[in-house]
Amino acid sequence: MNPTPIREITVLPGRSRSGEPERFEAITICPGDTISIVGPTGSGKSAFISDIEVFARNDTATGRTVLVDGEYPPEEFVRDPAHKPIALITQNTQCLADLTVEEFLLMHVRSRKIEDEEIVSRTIGLANEFTGEAIRPDARMTALSGGQTRSLLVADAVLIAAAPILLLDEVENAGIFKERVIEVLRAGGKAVIFVTHDPLISLLSARRIVMRDGAVERVIEPDGRENAALREARRLDGILRQMRDEIRAGNLITGSVGV
Amino acid sequence: MRLAVIAGPPSAGKTAVVRQTIRALQDRHRFAYLKIDVVRAFEDEELAAEFGIPARKVYSGDLCPDHAGVMVMRDAIAWAGEEGADLLLVESAGLCLRCSPYTTQGLGIAVLSAVSGTNTPLKMSSMLALADIAVVTRIDLVSQAEKEVFRERIREVNPGLDIVETNALQGTGMRYLLRAIEDSPPITDPDAIVLRGAPPLGVCTICIGKTEIGWQHHFGVIRKLEGADYLYRGD
Repeated sequence: MNPTPIREITVLPGRSRSGEPERFEAITICPGDTISIVGPTGSGKSAFISDIEVFARNDTATGRTVLVDGEYPPEEFVRDPAHKPIALITQNTQCLADLTVEEFLLMHVRSRKIEDEEIVSRTIGLANEFTGEAIRPDARMTALSGGQTRSLLVADAVLIAAAPILLLDEVENAGIFKERVIEVLRAGGKAVIFVTHDPLISLLSARRIVMRDGAVERVIEPDGRENAALREARRLDGILRQMRDEIRAGNLITGSVGV
Repeated sequence: MRLAVIAGPPSAGKTAVVRQTIRALQDRHRFAYLKIDVVRAFEDEELAAEFGIPARKVYSGDLCPDHAGVMVMRDAIAWAGEEGADLLLVESAGLCLRCSPYTTQGLGIAVLSAVSGTNTPLKMSSMLALADIAVVTRIDLVSQAEKEVFRERIREVNPGLDIVETNALQGTGMRYLLRAIEDSPPITDPDAIVLRGAPPLGVCTICIGKTEIGWQHHFGVIRKLEGADYLYRGD
């Protein structure tokens, strides 16, 4: 379903909100890359991934341009979702389709002209690896929780849309198993770009793009220098996850849950 | 002069699409704009103030607004010509979704919102079936799978329809609509323009299938662009 594998995506600079040109030359994204976009609320994080998603051509508010393999992408990449190499999972955690999970996925499978209908149950299975609340095929899309919706849309992007590049806008907000998501995406050789406020996701990413005033301010490649911080973030995340589970289960936490 | 008819449900983002179109093409084209609505509309005043283009509106009152639009469209082409425009945008009220106010010698643009529900394209099928291009707005609010499922629903109604996905507030994705507008053939004979399809229900000569544009060709409830009452009144 992905007849033209892409080698890289290049983001060329635009302008900050105050009109200053951005100071990077080009940001290149290749399959297997993990990048997090960080910065205060309103600093332009979502606009950055939106530019990638629509293959900006100096025609968005930021003035950025996005190239595929060094050139303007062919029109079907931009316009035909079946050829589009990018899948964006938005912050919106409610799906408005008046369909059951199974109908929704089948419709997507049909639109992609995929023969193998088994892919629907595999997608639901993968989604259930990302969420603690099991998704049933006959559940209605509109009745799914935020975490279930997000899990299903990520699993769909991996298996049905099979996009080589995934853009995830604040994936951590919906209460899904973020480390498992990153693991699966990495194992699949996907390029993943996270817009995130989450320290663990930021530290798990190989590159970090720092936004300010609508512009890219810095691109950081920690290159192993943050390993100690990553270990700490993992430990804290583990503690918080256990506490969350205890609280959800209705328990009283009287002792240490330290890992 | 070129003609583009923009139809779609209320609050689908028709005016946002119009605004982005004018913003992007105002250096190359002289626009005129007509809004058709039922009792109140403000778009003409807003667009005239924002872009300094000739803009006006027609209230349909008791009459179906799409019928009112057809009735006055011939006058509107003449008015836009007198104003020196080379691109006339006519925006429908977008009510019952049965009508399809597109004409020959003009581009038919259907605007629908990505968050309006999976069955919306089926419900507004007559509006999509005769359009040249569908503009799906609020695309920034849905994820990839939802986009594709929505698109599939549109294709069920009209497999050949050109689809443009946009965040019309930002103007992303609009370049393909702009190209379609600029590439559409200009009007060659305004007196030969007809509706592409007959609207349902027979309460006036348009309803019963007369497709010529302009009040001159109709009888019963008729209305001119100039000098009519504030609202239509049923006979």
